[in-house]
Amino acid sequence: MESANELLTILPLIIIGAAGLFVMMLDAFTGSARLAYLATILFSAAALAVAVSDLFGPMGESFHGLITYGGTSSFGMVLVMTGTLFSVILSRDYLEKTGMHIAEVYSMILFAAFGMLLLVSSNNLVTLFLGIETMSISLYVLAGLVKNHKKSVEAALKYFLLGAFATGFLLYGIALLYGASGSTFLVDIAATEDKGMIYWAGVGLLLVGFFFKISAVPFHMWTPDVYQGAPTTITAFMATASKAAAFVAFILVLSRALPDARADWSDVIWLFALLTMVVGNILALVQDNVKRMLAYSSIAHAGYIMIGLAAGTDAAYSAVLFYLFAYTLMNIGAFGIVAYYEWHKGYDFTEVSNYSGLGFKQPIMGVLMSVFLFSMVGIPPFAGFIGKYRVFAAAVDEGLISLVIVGVLASAASVYYYLRVLVHLFMKESENGIVLSRPGTLYTASLLILAALTIFFGINPGVLTDLLGSFWTVQY
Amino acid sequence: MDAYVHLVPWIVLIPLAGFLFNGLLGMASGTFREQKNLIGGVATLAVFIPFLLALWLFFAMSGDSDAATVSLFTWIEAGSFTTDIGYRLDQLSLLMTLVVTGVGALIHLYAIGYMAGDEGFWKFFAFMNLFIFAMLNLVLADNMLLLFLGWEGVGLCSYLLIGFWYTDMAKSDAAKKAFMYNRVGDFAFLIAMFMIFQIVGSLRFEDILSGTGLFTTDQVFIIGLLILIGATGKSAQIPLFVWLPDAMAGPTPVSALIHAATMVTSGIYVISRLSPFFMQSPELMLFVAVIGAFTAVVAATIALTKYDIKAVLAYSTVSQLGFMFLALGSGAYVAAMFHVVTHAFFKACLFLGSGSVIHAMHHVEHKLHEEGKHVHFDAQDMRYMGGLRKYLPHTYKTFLIATIAIAGIPPLAGFFSKDEILVMTFNAGMGTYGAVYIGLWAIALITAFMTAFYMFRLTLGTFHGEFRLPQKFSEAKGAEEHLHESPVTMTSVLWVLAALSIVGGFIGIPNFVVATFTGTADVNLLSNWLDRTTMDADLTLSKLVEWFLLFGSVLVAAAGIFVAYRLYEGDQLEASDARISERFGAMYQVWSDKYKIDEIYEGAIVRPTVRFSERVLDVFDKKGIDGFVNFIAAAVRFTGGVVRYFQTGMIQSYAYGIVLGVILVIYMLLFR
Repeated sequence: MESANELLTILPLIIIGAAGLFVMMLDAFTGSARLAYLATILFSAAALAVAVSDLFGPMGESFHGLITYGGTSSFGMVLVMTGTLFSVILSRDYLEKTGMHIAEVYSMILFAAFGMLLLVSSNNLVTLFLGIETMSISLYVLAGLVKNHKKSVEAALKYFLLGAFATGFLLYGIALLYGASGSTFLVDIAATEDKGMIYWAGVGLLLVGFFFKISAVPFHMWTPDVYQGAPTTITAFMATASKAAAFVAFILVLSRALPDARADWSDVIWLFALLTMVVGNILALVQDNVKRMLAYSSIAHAGYIMIGLAAGTDAAYSAVLFYLFAYTLMNIGAFGIVAYYEWHKGYDFTEVSNYSGLGFKQPIMGVLMSVFLFSMVGIPPFAGFIGKYRVFAAAVDEGLISLVIVGVLASAASVYYYLRVLVHLFMKESENGIVLSRPGTLYTASLLILAALTIFFGINPGVLTDLLGSFWTVQY
Repeated sequence: MDAYVHLVPWIVLIPLAGFLFNGLLGMASGTFREQKNLIGGVATLAVFIPFLLALWLFFAMSGDSDAATVSLFTWIEAGSFTTDIGYRLDQLSLLMTLVVTGVGALIHLYAIGYMAGDEGFWKFFAFMNLFIFAMLNLVLADNMLLLFLGWEGVGLCSYLLIGFWYTDMAKSDAAKKAFMYNRVGDFAFLIAMFMIFQIVGSLRFEDILSGTGLFTTDQVFIIGLLILIGATGKSAQIPLFVWLPDAMAGPTPVSALIHAATMVTSGIYVISRLSPFFMQSPELMLFVAVIGAFTAVVAATIALTKYDIKAVLAYSTVSQLGFMFLALGSGAYVAAMFHVVTHAFFKACLFLGSGSVIHAMHHVEHKLHEEGKHVHFDAQDMRYMGGLRKYLPHTYKTFLIATIAIAGIPPLAGFFSKDEILVMTFNAGMGTYGAVYIGLWAIALITAFMTAFYMFRLTLGTFHGEFRLPQKFSEAKGAEEHLHESPVTMTSVLWVLAALSIVGGFIGIPNFVVATFTGTADVNLLSNWLDRTTMDADLTLSKLVEWFLLFGSVLVAAAGIFVAYRLYEGDQLEASDARISERFGAMYQVWSDKYKIDEIYEGAIVRPTVRFSERVLDVFDKKGIDGFVNFIAAAVRFTGGVVRYFQTGMIQSYAYGIVLGVILVIYMLLFR
């Protein structure tokens, strides 16, 4: 019964894969988007529950070492499924109001999630590549969901072309590493004796592949266009689940395949972290569109997270995982509220000036937005602060002091563009007589849960940090 | 106590749940806001259930139980500094918890009736629950940082509730004033905390109290002084007391709960908590005692001259808090806590009674307006009252009981606690700086006389004689028929508090009273209860002296009442005040002007600060800081514009970017 036990190690993958096929069939036979929505929520919740329980289970490898499960991988699954579940819950109201509610969306989301789950559990570069591509292709489709909207189509095409371009580098990097080490298993790559030019070129191209996925500068330019063009709740999904999955896989590769080369890649990540933070924040400062601002903000956050990767210690990796969790919570929340405001004037009601005075109509949404934005700034007692603090602290311990100083200055500058949204929400007079409808109960409830988690893990991070820390005490 | 300590987090969290329930539902739903019985009921239960839990703990505990702590989770972790969300259950914290939740629950119940007509009903109760939550954190915290969180939390709630009717600018200003004065104190408190951490390396009370030997005498004095400044802010002592009388702008239940019974006693609690620390420096103790005695007498003299019933009670509160500080400074921590408890009973009763009166007077004004008579008067002004005992019998009786209690007539509660303070102050006169303490004792005795006097002036002026409103306004003839007693939910609370004001003193019967007859005695329950948590000075006086002091304080109180009765019985309020004013001349003017302290602060601190700000800081801000910021902003915008140039939207240029990045990565790895 060895094989049955092996299947259990990838149970969330199986659930989500089956769910994707099921929802596609459901669409074909009933065409009901509502049913598809419900089924997606149920399956996602089930997969999330399994992933959460796996956190406390064993860690190991299965399928002849192709898959790694438990620990970091399970946490990656939790991140992915949290992102998926909440983006799906928020999607229905938004897509219905903007006339894009079709069942296909949900099957594509599930396929993308499947790719992400595979990505975070890959112990082999081929598995990793499969995961990345399954995820990306589904995301290209999702980005172009609004077929009759120029921006959305443009976003999808740009995403696809550049994604394909970057995939080329990634695949080439995998090939070179295979050439240098004779294997695609992460552990074998770590054991490479002859680190010649082929090896280093392979490492470099692999880094490039990841830099593209996490939108590090200068591989980031697709991000604002795609984030702005895609439907907002899909943007939330891309910005959280796919980012988190890419980062977790990045950690797996760095910690398992390239631990000895740390001194070398650390410098590279150091430089790109610096670029990403500075450029991401500067460009976020000059945006007038909230979705675009959030896109640059996600670039900036990627920069802070890369500080942790550059540090490359166990403490730094577990800090990064915590950061990703906080990042997921607050970003879905913020995009969820952007989506809420957007559905009142149709697609594209996302200029910051549109928000004038909206905070006092439906104050609960205004307050929630404040929670998420303050958390992104990194102000206690929200989870975003703890994430930033732990990443920075881990980097200081590794002596990356100048990088941390830049990070702190950059986050100080970020206060401007986050608070600008709040200033418009609460301190400007409303110019247009917009009447905000009440958000649905489930919509409000899920945002409340996100905010509650943001506050809870900001006050009591110990529960999670202890768990995350325990993943790294086990040696592979 | 380890077996029971797990109940403590529930005591703290239930009021928080009440706050979230009323706050969130109230914010979300208009129909919920109309469910006033539900809102009030939930809020009251959210305080009453913790009271029952505390009561259970009380019966499970005894005076010699060890302190127990429970830690919920690690709150802050930074280098060598860690702080838990942790609670400490011992006799002192449980006593405060009982007072906060017990009196708190009664006041919540009362407020259901009092606030019934208010639009912000849900908000009021949400804030009240939040206050209880913060206050319980303050008294139950096992470390100074969590205490400080509660300390700031009660400050915030106080601010929110003083300015509850925020559309009235004066009330809003009063809220700001309270907040700012408290900030001054909080800042000092914060510095004290830093210094303690630097020396002890921990902020847990356990470590601080067991590490008192680590401090030099100078450090004790400085840190103690800073804590004292913090306490003078929160507990309204000289020099920071001026916010409390203004704080009466809030709804009356708020005045009763926050500004009389609980929050203002937190300064006394903190000093009691740190009693072994304070006892190390006699100079520090003297300082505390002097502050207390002077606050007591200054506030009492101001109270003599006021006509606003809530203002009289407010100054009386300041004065009684001064007594408590005097007790602290005399090393009589038990006496101070004793007075905290009894004062909570009778002062809450007095405030709620005044609320009942104001409620009735508002009703009269409202009715007169309905009849088309445009009579405008201040519903809190004694000069328009008088004779109310006929119309508000329950309010009158309970108010009178509480007045006798505060005046210090045996066997009511205030007598025992105040007498113990006087005895202990005199006792301190036998030790270091004895002569000064004897002087403070004399001041306290005079203040006790004034207390009895002004409280009876208040009671007689409000409830005795004839109803004066019709005499003041010809239009208001027959207005007395509109006077009604408050509903039973309010009067029943008054009776409970009045009953407590009668029997509350029996927890602290002085041992010598019984010992005189039986030889030795051990009847002071409170002293036994607090024996392990506070460090009291030894009582060295002989029984004879103690009896002498006891009769002295009764005599003084009785004299105060007698004089007040001679002067004010029979509608002599304003006439007698005029006579007193004439007799005391300029001194009376000083009292009535509140020693011009507000004006002094205005002239010495506020105006110079404003002028300095306008002339120097404003210029520096605009030219220097703004200029620099604008320069940075312009530079960033310029850079943004340049970088943006590359964000063309053209996919070719994006691919260019990627290629440049690839070259950079490969270069860095290959050509290191």
